[in-house]
Amino acid sequence: MIGFLDSLLVTVRTALRRPVTAQYPDPSKRQPVAEGFMGFPALTWDEDVREPYCTGCMVCVRDCPTQCMSAVMDDNPKHAEGASRRRKIVREFEINLGRCILCGICVDVCNFDAIEMSHEHELSKYERNGNRVDLTRLLEMGRAYQRETGWGPSQPKKNSGVPVEKPAGEREKSAGGAAGR
Amino acid sequence: MQFQQQPAQQADSLDLMVNMGPQHPSTHGVFRLVIWIDGERIVRAEPHIGYLHRGSEKLCEGEQYGQIITLFDRLDYVSNLNCELAFCLTVEKLMGLEVPDRASCIRVVLCELNRIASHMLFYGVFGLDAGAMTPILYGFRERERVQSLFERVTGARMMHNYIRVGGVKEDLPSDFAERLGELTALLRAGIDECDELLTNNELFLSRTKGVGAIGGSEGVDYGLSGPSLRAAGVAEDVRVSEPYSIYDRFDYGIPVGTYGDCFDRYYVRMEEMRQSLRIVDQAMEQMEPGPVSAKVRRIARPPKGEAYLRTESPRGDFGVYLVSDGSDKPYRVKVRAPSFANLQALQRLLRGAYVADAVVILGSIDIVLGEVDR
Repeated sequence: MIGFLDSLLVTVRTALRRPVTAQYPDPSKRQPVAEGFMGFPALTWDEDVREPYCTGCMVCVRDCPTQCMSAVMDDNPKHAEGASRRRKIVREFEINLGRCILCGICVDVCNFDAIEMSHEHELSKYERNGNRVDLTRLLEMGRAYQRETGWGPSQPKKNSGVPVEKPAGEREKSAGGAAGR
Repeated sequence: MQFQQQPAQQADSLDLMVNMGPQHPSTHGVFRLVIWIDGERIVRAEPHIGYLHRGSEKLCEGEQYGQIITLFDRLDYVSNLNCELAFCLTVEKLMGLEVPDRASCIRVVLCELNRIASHMLFYGVFGLDAGAMTPILYGFRERERVQSLFERVTGARMMHNYIRVGGVKEDLPSDFAERLGELTALLRAGIDECDELLTNNELFLSRTKGVGAIGGSEGVDYGLSGPSLRAAGVAEDVRVSEPYSIYDRFDYGIPVGTYGDCFDRYYVRMEEMRQSLRIVDQAMEQMEPGPVSAKVRRIARPPKGEAYLRTESPRGDFGVYLVSDGSDKPYRVKVRAPSFANLQALQRLLRGAYVADAVVILGSIDIVLGEVDR
């Protein structure tokens, strides 16, 4: 009997405190995600030259354990104009977020700081294929993430697209393509 | 040689066959249990597994070592980090890698926290199995706290992919020690509160004491391991008997039961959580600044050979057997899953028990179907 009352006491004590849980879609009660939270992968945007960091090198596509993404590489017209250091640029990029397992391997293998795990994490969509996101949407997600966290590339010197003036005679080392590796 | 189907121990035709599962809410996943009952007593029980079979071991053969960690996350999905640790340690053993001290400490801290989170889930669902609705709310509250810390450290609440071959993914956040201090204080109080809520409850005691008892030597014969075996009085813990990682450095106790019944299996786990907290504190004390990963190539290529390593997962003896052919993908991966081995004792435990106790007994051996079926 004593043990029974003992456990009842715990219950009574609980009745007096505030609830731990909250109703889910209530925006005011949403828990903020942690700083290092890994949501869906998103592509980052290089504001200096107004183009994505991604060069479409496909290393993330190859290393993805679930093969949830695809990419197409293109020549960068801005490089020809001399406006960007990136020789190659991504033309198409698609991630099937329904297939993505949020492991973060794509971020680890990326050489160009082009892909980041954003804070986006809600999977429910109205359309059947709503989780297949294309380049535009991925860049939107990435920009939202960059704004939110003040993200900067981990290797700004190597991966920035801003053309650098080199002394004459020295070969320009460009980011993008094989030279960036 | 011909394989003959074993003659079913069919008792008389009056026995009633009852299907429990695969969609039964208290089978802890998709698990089917067929029991034959004679009145209130169980005459025979037959577990049917395989509903969650994903072919993980075969899938491992087609993935690189770094990618396999994501598959191991999903074996025992209640204590992901312990599975990751087992795999990474085996690869490191095969490669002869020396893991930096800080990385080992981080691994131990997180794995022990994961053990607590796992046992807290056990606590909740075991209460539910025994007919108490409240414990699950308390258990999940504590588990939630641990997971919030994991989210901060690893970026994910469950499928972390944080422990890597040669170390861990990244260093701890700067405020980790502070947050861990808060967490352990909360957990200490939380474990005591959970203990108070359920352990001395007469109703709970009468549901669990003397139910589903198994002796130590019989438990060993059945291949039980982990808390289920220790509850039967066998002080066998891989962390002590075959220390891996840096577990030989810590001072902690191995809780051992006496009767091997459901209550002992429950209480051993409650005590284990307290011991885990002791390990966490000691590992935090021993943690020195330094690198968190050994120098390894991005794509690990262990030399030709094989390795087997046992670790103590929250459910028992979790072993990984790895054969490498020198390429970036393993030739064979075999997992010795503690839940699978522990499940073998279920037939024996259920025979002669009341049908109402079937769920309690199943709950007390704490299986995770992701690990049983793989």
